[in-house]
This record gives sequence, C-alpha cells and structure tokens, in this order.
Amino acid sequence: MLNIKDLHVSLEEEDKEILKGLSLELEAGKVHAIMGPNGSGKSTLSYVLSGKDGYEVTGGSAQLDGQDLLDMDPEERAAAGLFLAFQYPVEIPGVGNMTFLRTAVNAQRKLRGEDEMSAGDFLKAVREKAKSLKIDADMLKRPVNVGFSGGEKKRNEILQMAMLGPKMCILDETDSGLDVDAMKLVAEGVNALRSPDRTFLVITHYQRLLDHIKPDVVHIMADGKIIKSGGPELALEVENNGYADILGEVA
Amino acid sequence: MVFPPKSTVKSKAKMDLTSAALDQVPTFDGAGWADKARAAARDRVAAMGLPVGRDEYWKYTDPTVFTDTDPRFDGAVAASDVFAGADALTVTIVDGAVTGDLPQIDGLDIQSLADAATADIHWAQDTFGVLEAAGQTNVERPLAAMTTALAQDGLMIQVTADIPQPLRIVYATAGGQANVHHVVKLAPGAGLTILEEGLAGARAATNMEVAVADGARFDHLRVVPVVAQRDLNTHIFARLEADATFRSFTLTPGGAMTRNEAVIDILGDNATAHIAGACLGDGDFHHDDTVFVTHDAVDCESRQVFKKVLRNGAKGIFQGKILVRPDAQKTDGYQISQSLLLDDDSQFLAKPELEIYADDVACSHGSTSGAIDEDALFYLRSRGVPHATAVDLLTLSFMAEAIEEIADPDLADIVLAHLEQTLSARQ
Repeated sequence: MLNIKDLHVSLEEEDKEILKGLSLELEAGKVHAIMGPNGSGKSTLSYVLSGKDGYEVTGGSAQLDGQDLLDMDPEERAAAGLFLAFQYPVEIPGVGNMTFLRTAVNAQRKLRGEDEMSAGDFLKAVREKAKSLKIDADMLKRPVNVGFSGGEKKRNEILQMAMLGPKMCILDETDSGLDVDAMKLVAEGVNALRSPDRTFLVITHYQRLLDHIKPDVVHIMADGKIIKSGGPELALEVENNGYADILGEVA
Repeated sequence: MVFPPKSTVKSKAKMDLTSAALDQVPTFDGAGWADKARAAARDRVAAMGLPVGRDEYWKYTDPTVFTDTDPRFDGAVAASDVFAGADALTVTIVDGAVTGDLPQIDGLDIQSLADAATADIHWAQDTFGVLEAAGQTNVERPLAAMTTALAQDGLMIQVTADIPQPLRIVYATAGGQANVHHVVKLAPGAGLTILEEGLAGARAATNMEVAVADGARFDHLRVVPVVAQRDLNTHIFARLEADATFRSFTLTPGGAMTRNEAVIDILGDNATAHIAGACLGDGDFHHDDTVFVTHDAVDCESRQVFKKVLRNGAKGIFQGKILVRPDAQKTDGYQISQSLLLDDDSQFLAKPELEIYADDVACSHGSTSGAIDEDALFYLRSRGVPHATAVDLLTLSFMAEAIEEIADPDLADIVLAHLEQTLSARQ
C-alpha cells in the first residue's frame, strides 16, 4: 500500500535534517504503529507524507499504490486515498462543519473524476457515521472545530476519515489530550473502519492507544529512522522499560 | 429657481469645480421646500469647498474621482437580482430617477423626491438635508452636501408601523453620473428593512438620511454589483432616539472606487447601532469605509465590524471613530476592522479612533492585517479541497463576523450565497 524508501527530509527554513533515511513498507489491511521519543521525527513523517509546506525532501521516495506521493499537491494525495488525522485539528470559524465535510467529499470525487454526492445521500451518510461517533447535530452545524473539546476534535477527525473513506490513514498522536472514555470512542471509530483494503499508520507516544487499536506491526523510531520493528509486544516493552533500552541496544 | 447668484458664493480656488457642478443643479417648479433645502446644501458645499487630497479626512482616498467634472467611467449597469428571492416590495431607480408605481401599504408612505419636491411643504422637510447638515459638525463632508444639492430624485419614506416585508431598492443605469437622496423617517415603534442593490450610475452618489424615533427599528442591507468600472460614494446619516435600533450591512464584491461614509448620532438612551461591511477586492479596487458614531445618551451600544479581503494590488481603507460625549455613561462601543491580504501587493490602511469624555464606558477597538492562515489552508487541502477553493472557504471564514451582523437569517443566507457565487466565479 504505502512504500517509503530511504526518505531524507530537511526543514526548509534551517539546514536541519529530520528524517535520515527512513524506510517503511505498509501492506494493505494492516495496522502499523510508530512509537518514538520526542523529536524523533514522527510528526514530520506524517506532514511530509500529506504534503505540508516547509519541508524539503532531499532523498528517497514515498509511493501510495505505486503512485509517487511526494510530487503531488496535498489535495491530490487526499484524492489518491491518503488521510492524516491531525494531532491538533485546526479551527475554522465561520465555516460549518457540514459545509466543510461536503466540500471535501465532493472535491475529492471531482479530482477522481466521479460524480458529486447528492445532498440527500450525503446527509444520510453523515448522520449515520456521526451517530456512531456520538457527534450530535449541533456539532455538525457548528463551525469546524470551533469550541470543540479535545475529544470532540479527535472524533471529528475520525468522522472526516469515515466520510472520505481513504485507503491509507495516518493517525498523528490521536490519543493526545484524550481521556480514557474519549480514547475508547475514537478507537472504536477507527476499528470500525479497519478493512482488508485499508491501511493504518498509528503514530503515538504511548502504548495505551494500542490497547484499543491493536497493531500488527510496531516500529520504533529515533533520530529520523526506524531503529527496530516487531510485533505488538514491542509496544509493551517500551511501556515497561522506556526507550532507553532499545536505543542502547541499537547503539 | 432661487439659487444664490455666483457672486455671493464664497470664493476659494478649489471651488471652481463645485460651481461648475452646482450650475448643473436642475430647477424645480416654484420655490418649494426641497429647492430651499438644496440651495442651503449648495451653500454648505460653497462654504466648505470640495475635498482635496491634503484634507486629513481624505488622506487615504483620492477624492478627485468623485469631484472631476466628468466621470472617468461610463457604461450601463443592469439591475441586479440578488434579493429577487426575498419577499420584498420593490422600487426601481433608473439613472437616478424613480420609475414605475410605488408600493403603498398601511404604515408605509413612499413618494419620489421628484414628486414630493413640488409641494410647498412636506413631512420630509425636517429631515431632508437636515441630518446631512448635522453630520457636518465634527468633520466636513462636502460630497454629501453636494449630493443633497444635486440629487433630482430618491425616495421619501415615512414608516408608522413595523413593516414585515423588506423594501427593495433596485438601481440600474445606462451610464453616466447619478445622484440619489433618500429620506427614511420611522415613527415611534415603527420598523423597516431596506434592501439596496444595483448601481445608480457609472459614477454614483447616494445619501440616505434615517431618523429612527423611540423604539423604532431600521435594518439596511446593501449589495453592490460586481462591476469593474464604477465609482461610488455613499453617505448614511442616522439619528437614533431612545430604544431605537439601527443596523446596516454592505457587501462590496468588486468595483473600482468606493467611499462609504456613515454618520450615526445616538441621541436617545438604550439605543443600538450596528454598522458592518465586507468587501472582496481584486486588482484596481479601492474601498474606503469611513464611520463616525457619536454616543450622546446613556446605556447605548454601537458596533462597527468591517472585513476586507484583498488581492492583486487592491487597497482597503478604514477610518472609524467612536465619540462618547460626557453624559453618555454606560456606553458599550465596539469597533473592529480587519483585512485578509491574499498577496504582498495588496494594502490595508486603518485609522481607528476613540474619543471618550464619559468615565463609565466600555469601548474596544481592534484593527489587523494578515495573510491567509497556512495551517488552516493545509488542513483544508489535506482533506482534498483544492487550493483555490480552500482560499475561498477561508475568505468566507474571515468574513463571517461581519455577515453575522445581518439580523435576519434568511437575508443573511442570501448575502452569503451571493458571496459564495461571486467567489467561485472569480477562480
């Protein structure tokens, strides 16, 4: 699904390399988790993959089903099936959540050369998906993320994911700022979307999210590279011993 | 025709043009009330002289496009139909002249100025030119006096009930200059919503004097059509008595030069005045909102909310003042003027002013200029929204606070839909 090869990325503003030859191969239908200490480049990876400005790719490649992602505009990557659930979803006053969702869904369809979704079908789909995420009509009407609690913002991200139906989902610290109940709700939303043709990359600091979203593979990232990969037990090892052991082991 | 002979006009170098313009003032049958008011207005212009670039009040906007003898643009502007869907009473004004039958319903008396002017006396005479003249007190506004002197037509509107249906004024023009002067007089407890759309002329000047009596309500919504080549200068003079409500919103989605002045005098306790505007500037676009709100009573509220989105060298101006007189305690004044600059070529100049002589007031003001929020732009694009559409959504987001000033949700929807349509058409 997503193949990242020897990816080197620097910050555009300063001459500082963040990703230093990162490689990852994510198969269809799998959930991969990336864990790593602060500053290891996890968020940079999610931004570079989704096309945020400010980063310079100095080497390597990232392909989504054979399509070269790094040459595409962010909206083209989205239409190609990539989705990033933001660590800090952005507030957009004055634009209704529903208007935003519909604009996004139809824009992607248009970019893919598909017909727009009818207003009726769209409404039905939103209501159904919103209900399972406990997002009420009021939250749908309110401006995007404005006045939303941390949990509401993250649920709203998952609602967008559900409506857009991407094949490659990146969750950037989706657990940050969530209490246990909110985390469960978000995890249920994600689990409901798991399917054989959809891949997840879950970026997190802590093992606790992985109790709810069970990963197939866990990667440990440090200093811009994947330094160790393994099964779910790797996440538990981090939880019990911290990163120090693994970092020491590799060094 | 009883205008003063030229020799009595105070001579000033910058007066030449005024004389030329005033010489074109049409004559009316008899020396009725309107002719007297026009002559007085003409004297005011003569005493003040026309505005020039070195005047403090015209620091940011070159007045010559309005004062040159000939308009720089010519060309027809068809009647617009933004509010066609609103269930409104419609009056059409073509090339500055009221046309067709005027609606007459209980509580709403509408006459054309051309008709009303032929009478010896008229109910409008205590308001026509009077609010404009009062509005010259703190700052000279010769263009307004010139419009009073020159306008051949307009609507004299007397309201004695709360009229649920809006009154829609549609302008159209074959080109050239047009001057229009409206008077709206609301009796205690009366109410009216006026919708204005279209353009009175390729160069248009409109005055609107609004007297809002105790407990009366006045709502005003104005949508200027997207015509690249046109110059517009408008003045609103409002006088509010106790418990009165005044709201005015203007959408300007295009055009060359605009100067919208509003002078609002709050004279009665517990009155509310909101004035707001949103504009979309592209290229050869200069939009100036100049507002002067005077609080002269207790417990009153005023809001000024202006948003400008500018690109390709467009220029936005805001001059806004809140004057709180010594007895205007418990005044709640708010003023915000903001611009969203979509490129480095565009410019926003703001002069927010507060002048407060009462000691128990809450007044706040803010003025900002900013570029598009890159994080929000990326967020939208990451959801598949193309760059241009994302910029439009953020434009709407930026303008939301001004559009929220429109009290009627259905009318707000109409304005919003028109704005969206204008935005998507210009991609």
